[in-house]
Amino acid sequence: MPADAETTPQRSSVDPAEIEKFSKMAAEWWDPFGKFRPLHKFNPIRLGYIRDAACAHFRRDRRARRPLEGLRLLDVGCGGGLVCEPMSRLGATVVGIDAAPANIEVAKLHAAEAGLDIDYRAATLEALLEAGEPPFDIVLNLEVVEHVADPAAFLKDSAALVKPGGLMIVATINRTLKAFALAKIGAEYILRWLPRGTHDPRKFLKPEEVKAPLAEAGMTVTATAGVSYQPLLDLWRVTEDTDVNYMVTAVKRSERI
Amino acid sequence: MNEAQTTDVIVIGGGLAGGLAALALARAGFSVALVDAQDPAAMRAAAFDGRTTALAYGCARVFRRLGLWPAIAPEAEPILDILVTDGRARSRLSDGSSSPFHLHFDSRELEAGEPLGWIVENRVLRDALYDAVAAEPAVALFAPAAVASAEFGPGAARATLEDGRALAAPLVVAADGKNSALRRQAGLRVNRWSYPQTGIVVTVAHERPHKGVAQEFFLPSGPFAILPMTQNRSSLVWTERGDAAPAYLVLDDAAFLKEIENRFGDYLGRLRLAGPRWSYPLSFHLSQRFIAPRLALIGDAARAIHPIAGQGYNLGVKDVAALVETLCDAASLGLDIGHGATLARYERWRRFDSTMLALGTDVLNRLFSNDLAPLRLARAAGMSAVGRVGALRRFFMRQAGADLGELPALMQPGP
Repeated sequence: MPADAETTPQRSSVDPAEIEKFSKMAAEWWDPFGKFRPLHKFNPIRLGYIRDAACAHFRRDRRARRPLEGLRLLDVGCGGGLVCEPMSRLGATVVGIDAAPANIEVAKLHAAEAGLDIDYRAATLEALLEAGEPPFDIVLNLEVVEHVADPAAFLKDSAALVKPGGLMIVATINRTLKAFALAKIGAEYILRWLPRGTHDPRKFLKPEEVKAPLAEAGMTVTATAGVSYQPLLDLWRVTEDTDVNYMVTAVKRSERI
Repeated sequence: MNEAQTTDVIVIGGGLAGGLAALALARAGFSVALVDAQDPAAMRAAAFDGRTTALAYGCARVFRRLGLWPAIAPEAEPILDILVTDGRARSRLSDGSSSPFHLHFDSRELEAGEPLGWIVENRVLRDALYDAVAAEPAVALFAPAAVASAEFGPGAARATLEDGRALAAPLVVAADGKNSALRRQAGLRVNRWSYPQTGIVVTVAHERPHKGVAQEFFLPSGPFAILPMTQNRSSLVWTERGDAAPAYLVLDDAAFLKEIENRFGDYLGRLRLAGPRWSYPLSFHLSQRFIAPRLALIGDAARAIHPIAGQGYNLGVKDVAALVETLCDAASLGLDIGHGATLARYERWRRFDSTMLALGTDVLNRLFSNDLAPLRLARAAGMSAVGRVGALRRFFMRQAGADLGELPALMQPGP
């Protein structure tokens, strides 16, 4: 039985209007030439970033077939499984959660077709914490934090699910004029990459607004990188420009010192 | 439904393109099921059938990297020079000379320090591939075996063989040739051109050494190429008007040889036929798409071109190199190797190149297979420009050598 956003007890970081929007899109997650084409184009660059960060941190050989073997990974806001499936192929033991039950249904169906064993749950971060879920080696928060009602609380809850010595990667959009122009007006209105209304630019976060709650929750930020679109080449690259899309990597401090 | 044997890739068609694909994929770490309709033992038993391949130096690197070169090298003749002559057939000129306009491409002008290519008998390539595939534990060979049906599902493709065995994989590679059944099943449309010309292919032995020089004469009926082979032999590719070719093909050996000598000249001494005659109507086809859900076309299944530039198999080798690299990159990110987003990169990489080459070849053929005075003048001007400018000569050599553009790792220079 998938847990509905409404049945989630007490405090919920989820904004119901946001969930509804993504549920409508869910069926098209896996069409590389459909609505989610931009995400499929964007995906390889962030997968490479996650793989490299995880391999560097956990001292794995990134050229190995399954470099993340044995690591427990949580993907928060997993959508149709665009990140969970690759992480599972790279060897990680993956739990994917999404507050929109339709997304989880799509993800489950697709993983079964691809023969992948992924633990998908229609659940929120809070529900996971309250149920006493053991912490993970890697927690991914990719393009989620700009959709939640209380980002600081959300990031702290995420940090609580990282093992000491574990890794968290947050990807989101900066609250700058450039981001408003590119990620909102450009992507939704001009290029029509994303349906209008996907993003509320007031919810975009400055890097400090991501880093501060993480630090308070016992995490050390180890890297910040920009992810920029190169229009002439029609591809994404990891850059130093964090004005629009960016990723933050943080490590959970060990409690005892 | 039988329990399917699952691999990373199913390659259908075990010819030169399919065999190379299976081997290169296996060496890159993928498990492969290779299905071929032919019985390998029967294929190997066949004598030299006269068919050869002009392997561009960029493509030979692929064989070298896969460790096949030691088995091929002793039977591969390097092309050191290419001489292109805009010449009319000697039999039609009273003084027997060719037109003065010719071009010389010298491999020693290239930085790579490699010959421009090699002429290899197809059976040598086939033997080397079969041996390597048989010794490769990651390739499961199903041959002779025919595919009864193939289904392309959302998560995996499945092929059922006529004997009831079932195979499953995230990706099927169609290497099933010019009349690809998989391409037809996927509903991919093909553009076809045909030329009113026939390619006559035959091997001759000659008295004097060719010194690694390939000659190409542009005759009014079409190009006439003399490609250096091992053991003082040369492979001829004689393009003739389609309505005239049948008459040449039925000549007895002595008369046929006489026709060859008329075009060939006597610079290699006396000639002797050293293999059967082959003839191919010159045609060209290009699949509009190189991919479909969980399917990638390679080799002749993707396109087959007019043999004017000897590029046919080289395109298949480039397909394999680009496909292997695309799949490796996807797998290293954990991506589904049969997903449309992965395959789209392969298609972008290969289709542009194929289209340009096909069009270039077409233009070249139309420009040269002609005896109109203005065209002859234009050709002379073009050839003399290329002949004078080293950079242009090197450009053409690298283009023909498959050493230009975005090269897959398997085709890059170096060890």
